[in-house]
Amino acid sequence: MTGTYLGMPAFPAFPAAAREAVRDEALRANLRHATHTIRDKRARAVAELADWDRLRAAGKAVKDHTLRHLDRYLLQLEAAVTAAGGTVHWAADADEANRIVTELVRATGEREVVKVKSMATQEIGLNEALEAAGIAAYETDLAELIVQLGHDRPSHILVPAIHRNRAEIRDIFRAEMAGWGRPAPEPLGDDPRELAEAARLHLREKFLRAKVAVSGANFMVAETGTMVVLESEGNGRMCLTLPETLISVVGIEKVVPTFRDLEIFLQTLPRSSTAERMNPYTTMWTGLGPSRGADGDGPTAFHLVLLDNGRTDTLADETGRQALRCIRCSACLNVCPVYERAGGHAYGSVYPGPIGAILSPQLRGTGSAIDASLPYASTLCGACYEVCPVAIDIPEVLVHLRERIAQGGPVTRAGVRVTLRPADGHTAERAAMRAARLLLDHPGALRAGERLLARARRLAPRRLPGAGRAWTDSRELPTVAAQSFRDWWARERSDPR
Amino acid sequence: MSSKDRILGRIRRALDDAVPAAEIPRDYLPVHGARTPAERVDLLAAHLAEYRALVHRTQEEALPALLARLLEARGARSVLVPPGLPPHWLPAGGPTRVPDRAASTPYELDRVDSVVTGCALAVAETGTIVLDGGPGQGRRRITLIPDHHICVVRVPDQVVDSVPQVLPLLDPARPLTWISGPSATSDIELDRVEGVHGPRTLDVVLVGTQ
Ligand code: SF4
Repeated sequence: MTGTYLGMPAFPAFPAAAREAVRDEALRANLRHATHTIRDKRARAVAELADWDRLRAAGKAVKDHTLRHLDRYLLQLEAAVTAAGGTVHWAADADEANRIVTELVRATGEREVVKVKSMATQEIGLNEALEAAGIAAYETDLAELIVQLGHDRPSHILVPAIHRNRAEIRDIFRAEMAGWGRPAPEPLGDDPRELAEAARLHLREKFLRAKVAVSGANFMVAETGTMVVLESEGNGRMCLTLPETLISVVGIEKVVPTFRDLEIFLQTLPRSSTAERMNPYTTMWTGLGPSRGADGDGPTAFHLVLLDNGRTDTLADETGRQALRCIRCSACLNVCPVYERAGGHAYGSVYPGPIGAILSPQLRGTGSAIDASLPYASTLCGACYEVCPVAIDIPEVLVHLRERIAQGGPVTRAGVRVTLRPADGHTAERAAMRAARLLLDHPGALRAGERLLARARRLAPRRLPGAGRAWTDSRELPTVAAQSFRDWWARERSDPR
Repeated sequence: MSSKDRILGRIRRALDDAVPAAEIPRDYLPVHGARTPAERVDLLAAHLAEYRALVHRTQEEALPALLARLLEARGARSVLVPPGLPPHWLPAGGPTRVPDRAASTPYELDRVDSVVTGCALAVAETGTIVLDGGPGQGRRRITLIPDHHICVVRVPDQVVDSVPQVLPLLDPARPLTWISGPSATSDIELDRVEGVHGPRTLDVVLVGTQ
């Protein structure tokens, strides 16, 4: 078994990658515009629900309860999916998941698949594995298409091509579409409407002929075996409806106990994510259903691949396991001052931003430079925790991971409990210092970071962990901000910079 | 050892120190605000319109005339008709009626101009229409491939207030499609564009009874 693969091998540590990114003015302008727009809209959508805090507490509790009994719920899910005509496969790691999917596609005799945006398949590098087996995988989400045609990597959970502006997208379509199928219409302007139309035409021929689709899922209901996919464009519906064979690759943490539990997440996920009351399309299916497959409504074969790939290791960490509550709404990215400046690529995994900073090093371990530096890629300002619809205390996990890296301690890798040795000499310090310097070079981020000290003190009263310690090596302790983060944010935002 | 056993074993070892999970607090609201049936329908209409669905209101007797107008406005020459759609809804002598057949291929559906369906239920607070493949709704694909979808909602009896209210009324074994406005993307500089892959135009007809 090989190590956990998160889709982006051999990337420089966060500080180096981030320094590159902050020099890119166009990227920063795109990011600033996008994150601020979503952030403001989201606040309005959330304010509309008087019981938001209660929904958030309930969502947290459902996820914690599920994780506490994960074995039981996965078995229940397997039984329900099987009873409804589906087939369940278990994959301990990326290689195994890729092998299972490749075999399933091969068995259909097809050489191409359509894909609806799925972070799990990006995480395991499925497209590359399929390509190596001679199978072409077409991403069908507009943003994913832009990323795929641009030979690029996603930089945001929800809007993976957030780092591209319309002119860049037009150029990518013009140059690349012909190589993958229907060429871009001529002439092609850079109006979003025209670009979306080009994508529609390009992809439609693929949807109509596709025999095999690969998807992820937002939720899986143990009680009924129901799979749930939320999306906006209809590419998800195309993939989930038209092909004969549907293969869903889903992380084991996506299970929820009952159909009723969806009432929480269907209220919190769209509002946190796209700031809408509800996303345009939600598709729910249960195996092949009572009549599906028989009357041509939906696939005639359904396979569910349950993916571990470091999730059980994350579950073994008492503090870190809360990262598995994540419903991938991306709200934490949009409020993060570090993400806004550094961009998603700097995080070196398919999970960028604050959630990436705690998820990737847990799924993959902290053996690489990038993973050892990720827990330092934050100011600990706490904004991510405040917006998270399942109340993941990301700063708490960051501090915990920093302590692990600096001081060592018990961790679980591939199911085995081992003791991590303290990072030798200067590795952790260096990672921390570089992250600190990034922040010091960018006063906006630094000011946000001042809360680091208050927060870190509270969480680790003996001494400042990680980045905090490194800061105190070389400079005075900044005074703790008198102003609350929210006040600072409101003022800072109205400042034309 | 199979991967299933390996994963389950890892989960059990990972949790051997874990304390029992707390009770799930369900004190969130079953509905946000109190509404009369008429207010509920108004809210549904307002929220659908915000998603840029085109909302129309009519009475049962005037439905065929309204549908005729909507189809004509689109220049529709053919219209998909799912089994179980009340035949009198559609205007006599309108566009060619194409029945939803299991054997029809996606290519055939792609050549149809419009589709008319009913729905299972609608949710006012979120502006959502739910289809479950019941009579008058047809298969999932017919509301997906044609570029124009006219969805008829009987008001007020098919409208509920909230997401917590609608779930117990749905059968998870059926194929469920929740539609909140037409297909849309915001992937290009966050500009909202309708109709990437699903229907570009969604006409929602709220039909009252007198
Ligand atoms: S950590 Fe919370 S805020 Fe961030 S993506 Fe996950 S659920 Fe959303």
